[in-house]
Amino acid sequence: MTMLELRDVTRDVLLPDDRVLHILRGVTLGVAAGEHVAVVGRSGTGKSTLLNILGLLDAPTSGEYLLEGTPVTALSNRRRTRRRGQDFGFVFQQFQLLPGRTALENVAAPLLYAQGRQFWRRRDLAAAMLDRVGLGDRLDTMPEKLSGGEQQRVAVARALVRGPRVILADEPTGALDVETGQQIMDLLDDVASETGAALVTITHDLAVAARASRHYRLAEGVLVPVDVGGAGRVADWVGDVPTHLPTGRTHVPELGPSVPAEVQR
Amino acid sequence: MTGFVGAVVEAWDELRIHKLRVLLALIGVAAAVAAITGVTAAVQMLSQAFQEQGDRDVGRQVTVSVDAWPRGEQSAAPAALQAEYARVLERYDITWASRDWRTQVPFRFPDGTRPADVRAVDPELGTMQRVQVTEGRWFVDADVEALAPQLVVNRAFLDRLGVADLSEPVTVQLGDVAPVRSTVVGVVENRWSGPDYPAEAYVLYDQLARWYTPDSTPMYGQPAPTLSLWVPPEIVDELMPRLQTEVAAAVPGWDVSTWDNRNTGTAMLDGATRWIVLGVGAFALLLGGLGLVNIALVTVRYRIREIGIRRSFGATSGRIFVGVLLESVVATVVAGMVGVVIAVAVVKNIPADALFGGLQDRPPFPVSAALVGMACATAVGALAGILPATVAVRVKVIDAIRY
Repeated sequence: MTMLELRDVTRDVLLPDDRVLHILRGVTLGVAAGEHVAVVGRSGTGKSTLLNILGLLDAPTSGEYLLEGTPVTALSNRRRTRRRGQDFGFVFQQFQLLPGRTALENVAAPLLYAQGRQFWRRRDLAAAMLDRVGLGDRLDTMPEKLSGGEQQRVAVARALVRGPRVILADEPTGALDVETGQQIMDLLDDVASETGAALVTITHDLAVAARASRHYRLAEGVLVPVDVGGAGRVADWVGDVPTHLPTGRTHVPELGPSVPAEVQR
Repeated sequence: MTGFVGAVVEAWDELRIHKLRVLLALIGVAAAVAAITGVTAAVQMLSQAFQEQGDRDVGRQVTVSVDAWPRGEQSAAPAALQAEYARVLERYDITWASRDWRTQVPFRFPDGTRPADVRAVDPELGTMQRVQVTEGRWFVDADVEALAPQLVVNRAFLDRLGVADLSEPVTVQLGDVAPVRSTVVGVVENRWSGPDYPAEAYVLYDQLARWYTPDSTPMYGQPAPTLSLWVPPEIVDELMPRLQTEVAAAVPGWDVSTWDNRNTGTAMLDGATRWIVLGVGAFALLLGGLGLVNIALVTVRYRIREIGIRRSFGATSGRIFVGVLLESVVATVVAGMVGVVIAVAVVKNIPADALFGGLQDRPPFPVSAALVGMACATAVGALAGILPATVAVRVKVIDAIRY
């Protein structure tokens, strides 16, 4: 069953000088439960906007967004917010952990907005989830005392603690080294597989994108499916080769003219 | 239910994490609540001190006094007046009453027999006029039957006797024609300090009448005692004209007058100071609230990203609003409690005796002032929270997360 479905979605923004910026242009995308979809593209091509629309943080200017077959425009603000909390887990590039709170408190934070048992047992659930991501011994550690990989694990645990049906990961490895990034992606893949959650990853990193079952390229607001097997050139993945990569990463140039076999698995 | 509890938990967490900010924001509120509560308590003590001083001068509220003066030789005997006094007490079932006769009585001091000012009273006067005995004791009913007159004297009287204190029995000869040895049972302090303060003594009226014949000395003061009655305020207006009529009827030839002490209270002090205290307290709370708004607004801007992250967790705008509002309210409630605790600590340790001249009835801690202070602090917290809460709700989630 299709969990998320975008039909010809656009997103425009009015600039201060009254010009209209077209961020997304006629995006059509379907994501089924348990599926892993990757979207790659240069900075400023609308990847995060797409993710925000999928996660009900933003609304399309035109087109239709169906959540399990229901148009999201039919949902009240309150209902949309509740579904965002219940059905979506967000993993951000810069972890976005709440300052001044321990790892446990960070993971328990989303459960403050849950109901019933999830609310009252939030600390137990958070501890169990931290244990699941390998941080069972760092419950009371402040984020600033954790390494980047550990912080992202906390962020992953926080995204998963309410048992979301869709995990939206915005550059989840963007601030991590290659090895740690792979560990985080392994974790996300494992948990998504275990729970049957859909995983939508937005990334610059082709190695990360290659883990997905379906791949898309977003260029100038247009979403285009990419066939990994037949796409040997970096330009096919990300459009024009970026002249500047965020966080100084060099993965794309290292891939050379064709994507290595181990990345394409 | 979980929503509200969650909002409170969230607010408390915020306060716990940002202790320093909260502390800075709330010093003003805590100080204002402490000021409102503490100053109210101090004013109550001051009022009580004034009240007690007034009680010592003119009796407790409301004391009704009956005076009678003979118009001439044909007037009825003073005994008839006293008999009527007794009937009045019985007729109106009045418990607190005392005769009060101011006269002069000769005492034998070391430098010779000299007259001293004496008030002949009943034991009830000690309570009715808050007589403060600093050494020994005041009269009790049984003293009326004592075999010698007993005295409560002032410090000047004791000094004139050449006695420092009552550690040893102190006696003094009362009267000149048929002197009797009287015993000093208590000492009161002079009403004011000074080297020439006159010697004064209290004696029980019935004992003075038994042991001393006023006619043996030159006539001084009232021909008959004043009758003082401590009565509930609500019966005063009805009681006074009846007393005047009935007593006048019982003692033909006497002019009878009645008066009360209602106009000599501290109502003006109470009213004025109360308004001043409320005004100062409200102003302090306003300043504290403005500080709170200021810091809360800065904090919300600082927390925009966090608010965005919480929105991604499924926090509704209502929940964000209530959360930020509750932070302010919970903080001010805590500050209010701190203020009340400070006020309690200060009020309990205030040297009331030194400041107010020894209170007989120390007023209870002003719980109502504490509650009003707490309520005001909470209201200020809610008002101070509305502005930052509105700002927090207007934060766009996307912008907030990228902030």
